[in-house]
Amino acid sequence: MTLATVSTQSSEPVFHVIDEHAHPEGASTMLGFWIYLMSDCLIFAILFATFGVLGGNYAAGPAPKDLFDLKLVALNTTMLLLSSITYGFAMLTMEKSKVGATQAWLVITGLFGLAFLGIELTEFAHMIHEGATPQRSAFLSSFFTLVGTHGLHVTFGLVWLTTLMVQVARFGLIEANRRRLMCLSMFWHFLDVVWIGVFTFVYLLGMLR
Amino acid sequence: MTSDSHALPSTGDHGHHAHDAASHGTLSSYLIGFGLSVVLTAVPFWLVMTGTIADKQVTALIVLVLAAVQIVVHMVYFLHMNTRSENGWTMMALIFTVIMVVIALTGSLWVMHHLNVNMMPVHDMSQMP
Repeated sequence: MTLATVSTQSSEPVFHVIDEHAHPEGASTMLGFWIYLMSDCLIFAILFATFGVLGGNYAAGPAPKDLFDLKLVALNTTMLLLSSITYGFAMLTMEKSKVGATQAWLVITGLFGLAFLGIELTEFAHMIHEGATPQRSAFLSSFFTLVGTHGLHVTFGLVWLTTLMVQVARFGLIEANRRRLMCLSMFWHFLDVVWIGVFTFVYLLGMLR
Repeated sequence: MTSDSHALPSTGDHGHHAHDAASHGTLSSYLIGFGLSVVLTAVPFWLVMTGTIADKQVTALIVLVLAAVQIVVHMVYFLHMNTRSENGWTMMALIFTVIMVVIALTGSLWVMHHLNVNMMPVHDMSQMP
């Protein structure tokens, strides 16, 4: 970073940083993770666009009205919303450095996440049992890809949640674990935001088609 | 939260604050966000399930507007988005992403819709000589 002009006339004041200053550990993690989430957002945008294009091509197969049960979707949405607020409570207790309460809220969050996945898999199993498999029509291919990708994200979120609970149990709420929990918090709330798009575009607008 | 990390002398004199991006909410902000998102979820489900509004296009429009509002609510109350965190870089990344998403979505739907419309005369093929 040192410029030649500095050495020639040392009496002149230097207006730039010669060496890069020290960064505290993990200082850029949050921004980096946010940028990862934004790239994930683009993946979902492409899947939504695919569904938007193919969502009406039933190939004389079942349409959303024949397949979707909005009561089940509403229940599923409730599970994810509740898991979002309980994760928020976990973050609030983490702020107060209460290990036990944080772990308890994380367990509750995980259970709501499991309930969400369970309901979603039940729905998928029911659809596949009725012959509405991904191979049936372009609508179903794009449906399973979009909703399945979201479900996969929730699954990995649960794996991550479990890992962090083991970490917190072993090492407590140390700085590194707090940072990890904050990243997972962003991930978890982000999945909830994606789900808003899913239940609106796929389920509600699907029923209105 | 931010004022705490500013007050610490050990954080140095530069504008780097590890916690700014994830500045936390309070209990009341989480509860307000939760309450709003419950209402914003329940209303569109109720509209579609009961079919209160006969016109489907009007229902679809209301559902879409409510979804957009709910996404903003989640961004503000759960993801704690603001223009200050990380010196505005999170907001910058978000704005860039939103532009990309809008281009990808509207572009795909627009182009493919017109392609579909122009491919339509499939049914008329039988009447052709």
